[in-house]
Amino acid sequence: MATVTPDASSENELKVVTDATCTFCGCVCDDIDLTVDGDHIVKAKRACVLGKAWFLNHTADDRPSCLIHGKPASVEAGIERSAEMLVSARYPLIYGLSDTTSESQRTAVGIADWVGANIDTTSSVCHGPTGMALQGVGEVTASLGEVRNRGDMIIFWGANPAESHPRHFTRYSLTPKGMFLPNGRKDRTCVVVDVRKTKSAKAADIFIPVKPRSDFEALWALRALANDVELDPNQVLHDTGIELSVWQDLMTRMKAAKYGAIFFGMGLTMTRGKHANAEALLALARDMNKHTRFICKPNRGHGNVTGADNVMAWRTGYPFGVNFMRGYPRFNPGEYTASDVLARKEADAAMIIAADPMANFSQPARDHLKAIPYIAFDPKETPTTRAAEVAFTVATYGINVPGTVYRMDDVPISLRPALECHHPSDLEILKAIEKQVQKLNMENAMAQSKDTSLRPARENFGSNE
Amino acid sequence: MTETYILIPGRTSKQGVGISEGKFGETYQSETTCLQVASEDMTSCGLTDGDWVRLESEFGQIEVVVKAARKDELPSGLLFIPYGDLSSRLMGGDTHGTGMPTSKGFDVTMQPIASPS
Repeated sequence: MATVTPDASSENELKVVTDATCTFCGCVCDDIDLTVDGDHIVKAKRACVLGKAWFLNHTADDRPSCLIHGKPASVEAGIERSAEMLVSARYPLIYGLSDTTSESQRTAVGIADWVGANIDTTSSVCHGPTGMALQGVGEVTASLGEVRNRGDMIIFWGANPAESHPRHFTRYSLTPKGMFLPNGRKDRTCVVVDVRKTKSAKAADIFIPVKPRSDFEALWALRALANDVELDPNQVLHDTGIELSVWQDLMTRMKAAKYGAIFFGMGLTMTRGKHANAEALLALARDMNKHTRFICKPNRGHGNVTGADNVMAWRTGYPFGVNFMRGYPRFNPGEYTASDVLARKEADAAMIIAADPMANFSQPARDHLKAIPYIAFDPKETPTTRAAEVAFTVATYGINVPGTVYRMDDVPISLRPALECHHPSDLEILKAIEKQVQKLNMENAMAQSKDTSLRPARENFGSNE
Repeated sequence: MTETYILIPGRTSKQGVGISEGKFGETYQSETTCLQVASEDMTSCGLTDGDWVRLESEFGQIEVVVKAARKDELPSGLLFIPYGDLSSRLMGGDTHGTGMPTSKGFDVTMQPIASPS
């Protein structure tokens, strides 16, 4: 339970918010004590280097809460223009959602349904392939608490938590003393498989420098070993760049473990093989359960990207890349994912919430986004807010705004904001846009006198869609 | 001289700190515009820290500063750059039916240049 107490050691009686939640990365550490001086956070106890930067650099941006074509406008005018843009578009795209609360994600999915939009999250360009693999082979899963207390064999594959999730090792996976691991790090074996010797590799007991673009082959070699299939040493060396004996040694250790946990990153999902790599790894974890207990989890990046998957799944049945154009949700990665929809020049309007595709997407996708009207939500100025027709500067989730986020192991965690903010939250704006969209839909339906439902008429999309 | 390498864009903690400080700030800009090269590749290309190179993929080209990778962090033939605007300019729009453009482990050529154009 969070408490807010004055800091007795300070003459100014600084406010201290205990057990605040850091939403920078998927670890979602909820044990941070924040010391607040006026409108600044001056101390973030227990936060890592990324968490400290997240909290200590926070200031409410002094830009207007709404810009239309780069000029200051009222938030109400921005809401009206946004609703008009979405309702009048033939192919609206809603994208982002990984750095906001699940309450906002839920509302955004509602808007997508009302306007018949294509909705996608940043999942599609991080662990989207993992989402596809999960549908293929399932997931042997666990909470991070279970790994902390039981995991004696920890494998990181294509992941570098020392840089991307700095407290992963110390809070969950490597150094903590657990219920069944009284000696902490000494009771665990850590293996890193990667194409380069990362900071994480330096913290491992065993580093396996797999040949670039050969994760798929390496994982299937391990699957073969898990199932006692004989392999040709020359073929394995040729395919993976690693001697068969190294893989055999790893498999022996994996079978001997009491509780194994494999964490994987975008080294698998962004490279050759993508979902096939993730599928092979998830299947390997499943295979290992014939010998001992093994689980497998993706190391999720953004603070609430796991929430985005969850909310999309419980609202639409699918985790990302969903199209509402026929009035019901359809899922097809490659067709309804944002990068493709933009690169193929299909979308004619967009709403970008807490993401920066103008900095992170391929050039063809960026070029098209720049060419269409779009709305952007972000607490800070980014290349995406700069090129937006309507740009909302919003309060920051977790620091200014309460709500719920999902940790990378699908555990929902409540936020405990520390500061007030003069900007509205994205949830307030999204709710107002949803209301305005409903109003416009009703007006359009009345005007056409054909469709009295609140949903938009879709004659333009025709039967040959 | 132009050589072909495999490029790995990825996260770094400095890049993450830069996001919180602001994407137009010095930390983010300097981190995401600096290419890490294995020491032996630096030597074979006649490069020293701070030199400029042009990277070209099938889909785009960028100009970046280079620095030698720490000790044995990179094997020869592999390049690393923190994620950002520049690394994304080298990606193609095709996602091969996954929604994910190939964002890591793609081929690039590296050509030393005297200064950015």
